Amino acid sequence: MNPFDYARATDIDGAVTAVAARPGAAFLAGGTNLVDHLKLGVASPEALIDIRRLPLDEVTELPDGGVRVGATVTNSELAAHPLIRERFPALSQALLSGASGQLRNLATTGGNLLQRTRCVYFQDVTTPCSKREPGSGCSALDGYTRYHAILGASEHCVAVHPSDMAVAMLAYDAVVVTTGRNGERRIPLAEFHRLPGDEPSRDTVLEHGELITAVELPARWSADIGAGQERLRSTYRKVRDRASYAFALVSVAAVVELAAEDSGAADAAPRIADCRIVLGGVAHRPWRAERAEDVLRGAPAAEDAFRRAAEAELAAARPLRDNAFKIPMARSTLVAVLRELTAGPHDQEPAR
Amino acid sequence: MSITVSPSATNAGLTRIDGPAKVTGTAAYAFEQPVESPLYLHPVQATIARGSVRSIDTSRASSLSGVVDVMTHENAPRLADASDAEYAILQGPEIGFRGQFLAAVVADTPEIARHAAGLVTVDYEVSEHDAELRWDHPELYAPEQVNAGKATDTATGDADAVLEQAAVKLDRMYSTPWENNNPMEPHTTIALWNDEGLTLYESTQGVHPVRMAIAPVFGLPPDDVHVIAPHVGGGFGSKGLPHANLVLTALAAQRLRGRAVKFALTRQQMFSVAGYRSPTIQRVQLGADPSGRLAALAVDVVVQTSRIKEFVEQAASPARMMYAAEHRRTSHRVAALDVPIPSWMRAPGECPGMFGLEVAMDELAEELGLDPIELRERNEPEIDPETGKPFANRRLLDCFRLGAERFGWDRRNSRPGSRWEGRRRLGIGVASATYPYMRQRASSARIRYEGEGVYAVHIGAADLGTGTWTTLTQIAAECLDVGVEQIRLQIGDSSLPMATVAGGSSGTASWGSAILAAAGRFREEHGTAPEAGAEVRVRSPRQLETEGLSMHSFGAHFAEVSVDADTGEIRVDRLLGVFSAGRIINPRTARSQFLGGMTMGLGMALHEQSVMDPRFGIVVNHDLAEYHVPTNADVRDMEAVWLDEFDEHVGPLGARGIGEIGIVGTAAAIANAACNATGIRVRDLPITPDKLLG
Repeated sequence: MNPFDYARATDIDGAVTAVAARPGAAFLAGGTNLVDHLKLGVASPEALIDIRRLPLDEVTELPDGGVRVGATVTNSELAAHPLIRERFPALSQALLSGASGQLRNLATTGGNLLQRTRCVYFQDVTTPCSKREPGSGCSALDGYTRYHAILGASEHCVAVHPSDMAVAMLAYDAVVVTTGRNGERRIPLAEFHRLPGDEPSRDTVLEHGELITAVELPARWSADIGAGQERLRSTYRKVRDRASYAFALVSVAAVVELAAEDSGAADAAPRIADCRIVLGGVAHRPWRAERAEDVLRGAPAAEDAFRRAAEAELAAARPLRDNAFKIPMARSTLVAVLRELTAGPHDQEPAR
Repeated sequence: MSITVSPSATNAGLTRIDGPAKVTGTAAYAFEQPVESPLYLHPVQATIARGSVRSIDTSRASSLSGVVDVMTHENAPRLADASDAEYAILQGPEIGFRGQFLAAVVADTPEIARHAAGLVTVDYEVSEHDAELRWDHPELYAPEQVNAGKATDTATGDADAVLEQAAVKLDRMYSTPWENNNPMEPHTTIALWNDEGLTLYESTQGVHPVRMAIAPVFGLPPDDVHVIAPHVGGGFGSKGLPHANLVLTALAAQRLRGRAVKFALTRQQMFSVAGYRSPTIQRVQLGADPSGRLAALAVDVVVQTSRIKEFVEQAASPARMMYAAEHRRTSHRVAALDVPIPSWMRAPGECPGMFGLEVAMDELAEELGLDPIELRERNEPEIDPETGKPFANRRLLDCFRLGAERFGWDRRNSRPGSRWEGRRRLGIGVASATYPYMRQRASSARIRYEGEGVYAVHIGAADLGTGTWTTLTQIAAECLDVGVEQIRLQIGDSSLPMATVAGGSSGTASWGSAILAAAGRFREEHGTAPEAGAEVRVRSPRQLETEGLSMHSFGAHFAEVSVDADTGEIRVDRLLGVFSAGRIINPRTARSQFLGGMTMGLGMALHEQSVMDPRFGIVVNHDLAEYHVPTNADVRDMEAVWLDEFDEHVGPLGARGIGEIGIVGTAAAIANAACNATGIRVRDLPITPDKLLG
């Protein structure tokens, strides 16, 4: 652990200036990931600017019915907030499926988006890792890859993003609001995290010194807004190696909007008017499953369409030594999630 | 002897005497022992698996403000006895495994020590290494003996020939992974050298065993080594004997006489220097007649050890006494690899060995269309099949009968994959448990009447979290026929009378016998109205003559699991253990220990796995986020009960010990239940969701 300077920021501009002016400076919020990195030698910042006391700790309703989440709102507070539980239930589920109670009490919204991969080689400074040390090579490529990517990886990095929260937020089309040297930016979450390409050391599009101030959840996918709200359903499903406190092998966040009932065939499955599907645990960023969405949009909410959607998305998957199982696991989990989301109150158990 | 159940909720024993201190944070563990102006140590570890140190540059570390000493093999004190490679710390430049200690920084704060250790650079002479265990490893060899002094190979009759001709034959490979002991409290030492010798505050399962092991290493008379350990946060075998961390700390303290040096291993460091359970690869062959009677049995096991020190997990050993079969063969072969040194982990031998054997029995039952409990009944031996000795107390079938009734075994559907609940598949499974009764060396106890009704009871035992403070107080009160509030127990200090290790499920039996003998002598010599200051010190009497008997504890595990048909996720919805272990001293602490063993068995079944990356020679998932043990959410309905017993063969206390049997067979019962639920037979632990994806 290197010695470092520590300062507590009192306003946003001061925090941004303090970090932007010093290449070796970093923001500190809950510290649940960064402090580990200090101990492990994964990160050795010269200075930490503590943003925990900035006035960014509120969840507020936006005029159009969306919700704005301050960057330092903790994961526990966010998961329990009535606006989130009522309007964006998958986000609450995702938060509660992550980490442990103690960690969620400390971890913040902004920090959760910026947490780094738990790839074992990234976290062990005695092994090469191009994300940690650019150009040193990827140890995971021919190593232990149970938790690694099947989509969007490169020869330089096969790590996955560990966040559950971000997967659900992307399903709700969240926007990340930041303040940097050049003022405020609004970055769609879909464009916030990067694929590794040949620059795996960069997880996001943030500039040095750019501070996340809020995440906004638009009204479009809120369960509580507008006509036909009962037809908008969302959920988060996480598959993991133990019942709690484990990173996702595969996770699925899905929002489905069913079409208004046809007057015709009463027994026919309802149609899917629109949907948003995001996979977690499979890529360097939360993986928006647009191919699957394309198959589902307008299709009947039935097993066959679910399977075709999953197949379409996973056709591009490329497994590594230890994670070929993720392809069938992602497929069957996605199908299960869609089945559960679209099931009517009197639906029979599906065939076994 | 009738079967009666000791219900866990009623008739509970004395509550934990150390409980209030522990829950209020006032019980001092090794690292928290008050010492004057301590210094802190942080090690430098090898980043290659084999080779030697060509040069080591400590200049940047030494010049850092707050650094008091940097010790390497070039300036470390010479040990008096470096014959045990595990203790030969900083005695030369050779590197036997990745993670080995190469240097240590001692500083005013732990942060400075850690920072400085990161500034030490090592230039290596790298040799080729081999860190991968394989069934067909070209350098497998037969060791002289295996752990616990057992025979490497055994053979009776002609197992191979009979297997060949058996009406029903099963031939399967099973494997259990590398597993690391992960007690909550890391291995910790405070070392202080002064004119009286070496004082060690140590997180250990035995203060006297540490003293006896360490004194010769430093060339000290045993009386000059003082070991103190009043509270220990678990060990599971990994604190049964000292490890390299103690030697390193004591060496540093030797250079800094008069200053206490503190060192607690980080969780990551525990994966390379504190022992672990070797992975096992097991070939199990069973040959039976159509009625299920075993004609032949062969168990061949491959394990690993470190190239620098041999430890051989005796995983084939339980197959030797478990079931009747006229023709039998067992063997152990070991590969000496460039890996950390394996050691004891809860029920070494029995724990991994009973996974293969008990899943094989389940597979044979399926093959024969027999109920798995019925198959075990048909193969219940009348005498120990290996030694020919009569069993002192074999009540395996009683455990099964009681458990079957209590668990609702008759509700099991023998056709795998036939029970559903929503999208979850349900199944039930069973497995046997066994653990040998360890004949330990004797312990000694001192009893002194302090006046005013108070008796001081002194014994150098250890409480590794299992409840020794409580059970020994209870035994003393019982034997002296006084109230527990009249007993002042002292344990966890090597200045107290000699006591054996808290290991091999033998602690309470050995220490309790000493207290019982001392109490008897005290009453003999001093009567029931003693003078203040009246005192006896007694060594527990010689063991009863039991050489002619085969002495083991037994148990039966029942598991019900549910498996998500879409994700493969498995949950153990119910787990019942029924045990025959002699007298249970304190139902409350015993239940806790049984449940702890079963929980650890659940972790073995579903979670635990140290992943070795053979390219580097390290366990890559070396922290508790990546190395999974069960969380509260994984442990659902779990129950431990026991037969009401008093084992007259083990002496007046009647107790055989319970520390280990709870983990033996648990994983097999869960694997068998998983197969009953899904039809998928997992022979390679742990049973992770990917293996059950239909």
